[in-house]
Order: sequence, then C-alpha cells, then structure tokens
Amino acid sequence: MPNKETNTDFEVRSLDTICINASELKHPWWYNFKYVLAGTLFGIVLTKAEVISWFRIQEMFRLQSFHMFGVIGSAIFVGAVSIWIIKKYKIKTMYGEEIDLHPKSFNKGQVIGGLLFGFGWAMTGACPGPLFAQIGTGTTVIIITLLSAIAGTWVYGLIREKLPH
Amino acid sequence: MIDYIQKPWPWYVAGPIIGLMIPVLLLIGNKSLGISSSLRHICAACLPAKIPFFQYNWKKEAWNLFFVAGVLLGGYIAANLLTPVGYEVQVNAKLLTELQQYGIIHHESLLPQDIFNWSSLLTLKGFLLMIVGGFLVGFGTRYAGGCTSGHAIMGLSNLQWPSLVATCCFMAGGFIMANLIMPIILKL
Repeated sequence: MPNKETNTDFEVRSLDTICINASELKHPWWYNFKYVLAGTLFGIVLTKAEVISWFRIQEMFRLQSFHMFGVIGSAIFVGAVSIWIIKKYKIKTMYGEEIDLHPKSFNKGQVIGGLLFGFGWAMTGACPGPLFAQIGTGTTVIIITLLSAIAGTWVYGLIREKLPH
Repeated sequence: MIDYIQKPWPWYVAGPIIGLMIPVLLLIGNKSLGISSSLRHICAACLPAKIPFFQYNWKKEAWNLFFVAGVLLGGYIAANLLTPVGYEVQVNAKLLTELQQYGIIHHESLLPQDIFNWSSLLTLKGFLLMIVGGFLVGFGTRYAGGCTSGHAIMGLSNLQWPSLVATCCFMAGGFIMANLIMPIILKL
C-alpha cells in the first residue's frame, strides 16, 4: 500500500482543489462526452456574460462595475445551496455513487500563488477557463497565452520542492 | 427570445447557471468543478520530464480535458452563433477615457484588439500582458491549488476557509495589478 509520500495520486487529490476524481467507476472513454456538453454550456455562459472580457475584469478590479461581483457572488450562492441540499438529502450520482466532497487544507501557496495569479488575471483579463473560451471566440493569439500558462504550471512542478508551502 | 439570448447576459442569469455547474458535475460523475488542473494534466500527458508532480495517472482525470474542450467550443458557439453583427462591448465611460490615453480605442470584441493581436506579441507591452501574464496565471493557480472556479466558486460553495484565503489573495493581486502596475505597463 503506497503511503502519503509515495502515492502521487493521493497527492493529486489532497493538494489540488480540482484534481479530485473520486469516482472509482470505470466507463468507456466516450462517456467523457457528457463533460464536453457541460463544458460547452459553461463556455457559452462565460462568453455571453462577458466574464471572459478583459474590459469586465479591469472594471471589476477598479470597482467600476458590479457585474463580475454579481456573477461570482450569485454563482457561489447557488453552488452553496446545491451542495447543502446534496449533503442534507445524501443525494447520489446518476450511477448511484455517493457524492464525495473533499476538504481543502491550508498552505502558504494559497497566499503567494493567489497573489501571483491575481496579477496574471488582471493582465490577461482571464483565469484559466476564460483562456479556453477566448480562443474559441476567435482571438487566436490567446493560444500563446494558454501555452505560457501551461509553461507556468510546468515550472511550478519543476521547482515546487524549493517553494514555501 | 433569440433577442434576449443575443444580448449580453445579466449577472443574475449567468451567475446562477455557473453555480449550477457544481451540482451538474457532481451528479453526472462525482466531479468537482475546476479548470486550472487541466493545465497540469496537459503537462503530465505531454511533458512529464520525470518531475514527481507530473507522475500520476492523468488518464483518470481525462474528463477535465473534455470539459475544457467544451469551454473552447462554447466560446466559439457564443461568439459566432449567439452574438449579433455590430456588437460592441459596453465599457465604463471613465475606464474608456483612460484606456484611450494608452491607445486602446477599439472595444468591438471582448479583448482589446489594439493589444491582443499577433503583431503586438513581440512588443514589450504585448509580451508582458500575454506571455508574462499567462505564465503568472499558470504558475499562480497551481501554486494556490486552484483558480476562480476551483477555489472561489467550488471551494467557497463547500465552505472551505482555505479557499476564502485564496480568493481574497486573487482579488488583492488583481487590485494591485489593475490599479498600480497596469497603468505603467499600458503606457509602454
């Protein structure tokens, strides 16, 4: 049995908010197309609400518009109510699995990395989701920004032992 | 109806739909909303280079790559099929006046075409905003363990206080950059 230190799959789950794949079910690969559908809806909303707009992001950080705060705030509200209902009624997935929600543990990365990401967010006008959507809208140069973001993730992986956590 | 879809969607429509992505992903496959991990999976799939951080079974997380492919497709559909001809982004008047000083005049698309284009990629301004900015997004989100979707929306919905710390730091970083540093970069 691999322990915490040697089991990188465990680490994927513990350190990252999002690299959580609790499902133990094995499905054929084409089952993943339902996530393309979900992603498409997500991309349409991000674009139509101008969440992916560099202008909206500048307005948010300069307190010149309520729009982005409204979007993020109401998304959290609906998400929180949904999770509360799922927990209260112990709702299961469509395959009958129990829904698994992982707690997040604090480390210094959330402060230092958070600030660095904030800088990048204001500069590019995009967090990772909008980068993909911006390319889709036809601003093809953002492919370079996305490659640079992948490079940033790679460099983090390379030097993470030396960074304070 | 089609008129309403073609106009920019107000926050009280968009926000709740984004929030509903959380139960949708949980119910269709026990997945927690998050985008920035897709960047890590791409590293693990394409260039793991024996770095321990990229040694894991990325194929198990492939759903995330399908999801971001959908986000890209969604951007295409929204821009090409759900947006009227002659559309212009409404920008706060004060911001618009300020941006004009920096030569940002066009606001017909979601990104200012005066900066975000292929030919300005190798100017100092374009390099800083697109390449350095992109690097900070990838490095910072992974260091923080998530981005706006994973921490701010999923984490806060699940009442995780480390996500609140992360979200406050995202905002603080954005405020510092937009108000103190961006005016210098945009003048370049």
